[in-house]
Amino acid sequence: MKKVLMKGNEAIAQAAIAAGCEAFFGYPITPQNELIEYMSKYLAKNKGVFVQAESEIAAINMVYGAAGAGARVMTSSSSPGIALKQEGISYCAGAELPCLIVSISRGGPGLGGILPAQGDYNQATRGGGNGDYKVIVLAPNGVQEATEMVRKGFELAEKYRNPVMVMADGVIGQMMEPVMIDETPLPKIEKSWAATGQSRTRGSRNVINSLYLKPSQLEQHNFDLRDKYDVIEENEVMVEMFNMEDAEIAVVAYGTPSRIVKSAIEQLREEGVKVGLIRPKTLYPFPHKEIHEAAKNLKFLLSAELSMGQMVVDVKLAVNGLAPVHFYGRAGGMIFEPKEIIDAVRKHMGGE
Amino acid sequence: MTVVFKKTEGLTDTPFTYCPGCTHGIIHRLVAEVLEELDMLDRSVAIASVGCSVMSYEFFNCDAIQAAHGRAPAVATGVKRVRPDSIVFTYQGDGDLASIGSGEIVQAAHRGENITVIFVNNAIYGMTGGQMAPTTLPNQVTTTSPFGRDVTLSGEPIRMSELMATIPGAAYIERVMAADPVSVRKAKKAIKKAFEYQRDHKGFSMIEVLSSCNIGWGLSPVDSLKYIKNEMQSYYPLGVFKDKGAQE
Repeated sequence: MKKVLMKGNEAIAQAAIAAGCEAFFGYPITPQNELIEYMSKYLAKNKGVFVQAESEIAAINMVYGAAGAGARVMTSSSSPGIALKQEGISYCAGAELPCLIVSISRGGPGLGGILPAQGDYNQATRGGGNGDYKVIVLAPNGVQEATEMVRKGFELAEKYRNPVMVMADGVIGQMMEPVMIDETPLPKIEKSWAATGQSRTRGSRNVINSLYLKPSQLEQHNFDLRDKYDVIEENEVMVEMFNMEDAEIAVVAYGTPSRIVKSAIEQLREEGVKVGLIRPKTLYPFPHKEIHEAAKNLKFLLSAELSMGQMVVDVKLAVNGLAPVHFYGRAGGMIFEPKEIIDAVRKHMGGE
Repeated sequence: MTVVFKKTEGLTDTPFTYCPGCTHGIIHRLVAEVLEELDMLDRSVAIASVGCSVMSYEFFNCDAIQAAHGRAPAVATGVKRVRPDSIVFTYQGDGDLASIGSGEIVQAAHRGENITVIFVNNAIYGMTGGQMAPTTLPNQVTTTSPFGRDVTLSGEPIRMSELMATIPGAAYIERVMAADPVSVRKAKKAIKKAFEYQRDHKGFSMIEVLSSCNIGWGLSPVDSLKYIKNEMQSYYPLGVFKDKGAQE
């Protein structure tokens, strides 16, 4: 591994290729275009499959087919494009197909804008697809972590036979940072369930399907999925605690805004305010237990997001009344400065 | 004892879910026989669509993937690209292919995907209870065109084979019907040729099969076959609309 300066979108693509991604299906949308462009050049050079699909809907259904045939596969898009992919994500979850979806999120609703935002927290963690399903959602705070989470994403997808989303705000997609990409390919997983075509050689047919017309069978399928999500929630939570040992106040933030919050916390600490950062690295599974435990020693929490208040709902659920939970947010591509966070913390310290 | 007829290995023992009189069963058998005769069952992946043939993954005796409504050609693309040695085919109805999946079918042909599409056209949404499709004939009564299809409001029926033949990436497009023993034998020939094209890496092929829906049409099975021959065929002429192999 050597350290290189790379744009986030390209680093994510390179990390995926290095991890052993065999196929990529995508569609152009800003601000993730460098990712699909990089794939069109370098995945092909690595003997991988690259297809520019006719739409995000087609792309995710190509992912569904390639994953069903046993390949390590991914797609990428941005907010309105992820909205279109929801149908296919639900099918992947229902048929229990491992795949990676990278979302470089931007402002909304509708066509919104092309600048960074976090208004897709609910889209990622709740999804827009039908039915009882969950997508593992990883939220990096910079280019380096984005590359690590791409790798981790493939691992988790194959471990649990479940779609995984890496949700990075547009800042990560567009900025350049020094990065060291792990170049070791992930081991190939035996996928005895895959529809590879060789039913006679195998001695049985493999069918990829999410249709269960008998209600008792569909309910059992839902029970089995719920059991899987329980295991994921028990074992796969990732959260960073920063300056939380003696903290009386916690700011909860994820993605690149968490780095702005860190600057604010450092300044507040210099002024003697005991404030720390709780940074969920997995948005699903959400660090409910960790935040609940922390809340026992806190005067209040502040959820700071580039949205009008989405993660704050999960923070409130986690805190469950142990302490007040406040919110500060910007949107539309506007990004808060450390001073805004400092002011928000001070405002609530004042007892408002 | 001489065996004069035996069920093809290309079909499982699962009983069909199709209505008595429907020609889906015949078309399934033709596809299955072709896969067996071409020795493709150990390399085939069937892509089932949504509609009456949603359960076809239970019937074709090979690996299978059930696709979302209209997306079968995209799913097939994903499979074929990562498993280029496999034989990949979609089995889609007219609601699936000509309406909600019109984008996916056109673009798969446009890319020249080396897959085979079996397009079963019965001019109606059968599974959901007989609603109007883009292929429903002028003045045809359905549950969403109770006074007959009004072409001034719903347009004239779309001829998919003719449309697909204009796409440079398409290699072989033929329309056949399943209305009597002669037409069924001709349909099988076309289906076989389509799979041979895929085997020989000649590119995208689509066989449109005019099929019956006696329940949705409100006709007896016998009258339904007559309806295919007379009404359907007069609007949807049979024939080869594109054959890159013949042009060479």
